[in-house]
Formats: sequence, structure tokens, C-alpha cells
Amino acid sequence: MTRYVLPLIVFAGLVALFMVGLQHDPSKVPSPLINKPLPKFVLPTVHAPDKVVASTDLQGQVTLLNVWASWCVSCRYEHPVLMTMAHQDNVRIVGYDYKDTRDAALQWLKQRGDPYSMVLFDKKGKAAIDLGVYGVPETYVLDRHGIIRYKRIGPITPDFLDKTLRPIIKRLKEKES
Amino acid sequence: MRTVAALLFALLLAYAAAPVMAADMPLQFKDPAMQQRYEQLLGKLRCLVCQNETLAVSEADLAQDLRGEIYHMMANGKSNKQITDYLVARYGDFVLYDPPLKRSTWLLWFGPFLLLLIAVVIMIRFIRSRRTAEDGAPRSLDRDRLSRLLREQGGRH
Repeated sequence: MTRYVLPLIVFAGLVALFMVGLQHDPSKVPSPLINKPLPKFVLPTVHAPDKVVASTDLQGQVTLLNVWASWCVSCRYEHPVLMTMAHQDNVRIVGYDYKDTRDAALQWLKQRGDPYSMVLFDKKGKAAIDLGVYGVPETYVLDRHGIIRYKRIGPITPDFLDKTLRPIIKRLKEKES
Repeated sequence: MRTVAALLFALLLAYAAAPVMAADMPLQFKDPAMQQRYEQLLGKLRCLVCQNETLAVSEADLAQDLRGEIYHMMANGKSNKQITDYLVARYGDFVLYDPPLKRSTWLLWFGPFLLLLIAVVIMIRFIRSRRTAEDGAPRSLDRDRLSRLLREQGGRH
């Protein structure tokens, strides 16, 4: 009996293993920065070249740090979702313009709307190396103390917003109140 | 005629842009030993954008930035370990083509040996079971049947 059942069990095990394995996206590399403080940086903003913002300025409330660029195609799909969040969700969204030009970024915000409370400007993408950014869009969820609690690689889709992002934001806010 | 002129102009522009690209040439150490160390180190690091390429060969934008970063760290006297630690802190162990030996990679390192061990155990058990089957076989045949079989065989020849 085991002679016939055992290979079947082994086969079923392999199928389960492959099914789980194939659902992982290898292009999404887990960040080692989860549960660590946001790396230090000082950056100007897109709107005010003279003004500088430090990473510590993002502390104080639950914040989304959304890395984007005007040349990024997936950011176009993501942008309406961010606009929805800006209207419906009570959460601060800080933009992080990656390897872009000021003009193109301002043009983008004018055309598509501006969901951000401010937009950091990293022209050379050097500070982004400390953040471990390796593609745009990427979104970091920071708690009130500026600790990175979650990282989304790729665009925020409506589905992801409902099923994952909103519960995370809710949980972080509840923990703090 | 106008399109031809426009095309020629575009071509001219393309050539004019070439020196700008040349300025983006890969960084090189003058000291050949340093250059060799630099290339070896880059060959052991994975580009996160195109994951099957090393930092040494990848054309991705980020790979170029990271090459520059590593170049400057080396020029500032940083050791290979300091540089890889710097990258691992930002991108995780994934940047290393040689995964480090630690608890979460035990299965990766020792898994194949575990499979080999299981295979050997199965093989030994299989061989043993066959051997006992062979040992027992003649005893289970009775003489009458054996001689009948031999007779039948003899008859056929």
C-alpha cells in the first residue's frame, strides 16, 4: 500500500511547494530596513529648491514615503490611487522624486494632481541608495517614530490598497493612540 | 527635402551627444591590483534590477550608480567586507552571489546533503529488502515443483 501512496504524497508535497514558490515574485527583494529607522538624509523639495527637509522631519505621524519619477511608467497607474488616498485616507503622503528633473516633476503634478504634503527631490538618486531603492515606484510605510514598518515594491493598486495597505495604516495608527 | 535635412540634423545631434556619453565611461583604477580587486568584487555582487547580471556587467542605471559608489569607497580605503556590509545593509543578502551561512540559509547550504542522505538510506533499505527476498526464494520452492519446472524446460529443448 505505502508503495503506491508514498510517491503520491511526495508528488503532492512537491506540487504544493512549487505552487507556493511560483507565487513569489523574484523581482521583489525583501528590504533589510523593515523595523529599522528611516536612513538619514537631507534633501531639497521639488517645489522649493532652497528649502531642505531632513529624514527626521518625517516623524510625528504615520507617513507614506512614495518614491516616484515622471519618467516612470507604472507611476502613471499608481498616481490616481494616491489621489484617492489623499482625499479619502487620513494619512500623510510624502513624495520622493527619484532621478528626475524639477520641470518634469512639476509638470506631472500640475497635470495629474498633487497628492503629496511635500515632495523630496533626489536628482542623482544618491540618498535613495541608503533607502535601498532599486526601482520606482516604491512605497515605505513609516510609523510615528520614523521606523519603516512596510515596503511596497511596485505600484499601489486599488486591490493592494484595500487588502494590505489600509489595514497596515489602521494597525499602526491604533497602536499609537 | 525637409525631412532629409531634419534627419541629417538629428544625426549631427547624435554625434554631438557622443562625447557626453564618453564622459560616462566606466571608472578605472590606475593601480592594476586595485582594478583587479574592484572587478573581482563587482563580479560577486548582484544587480538588483536585472537579477541575473553581476554589478560588473549590468547596464542598469542603478548598477552604474553602485559601481561609482563602490569605486569611491575603495578609493577611500574601505575593505571588501566594509563594502559588502554596506550593500547588504541596504539591499539584503540578495546582492551577494555567495549566500552567507546563517540560520535562515541552513536549508540552502545543507539541503542537498540532506537529500543525499535520504537517498542513500532509501537505497540501502531497497538493496537489503531485495537481498532477503533472494535468500528466501529457493527455500519457498518445493522440490516437486522445481523438478516439474526443470522437466518442462528440458522437454522444450
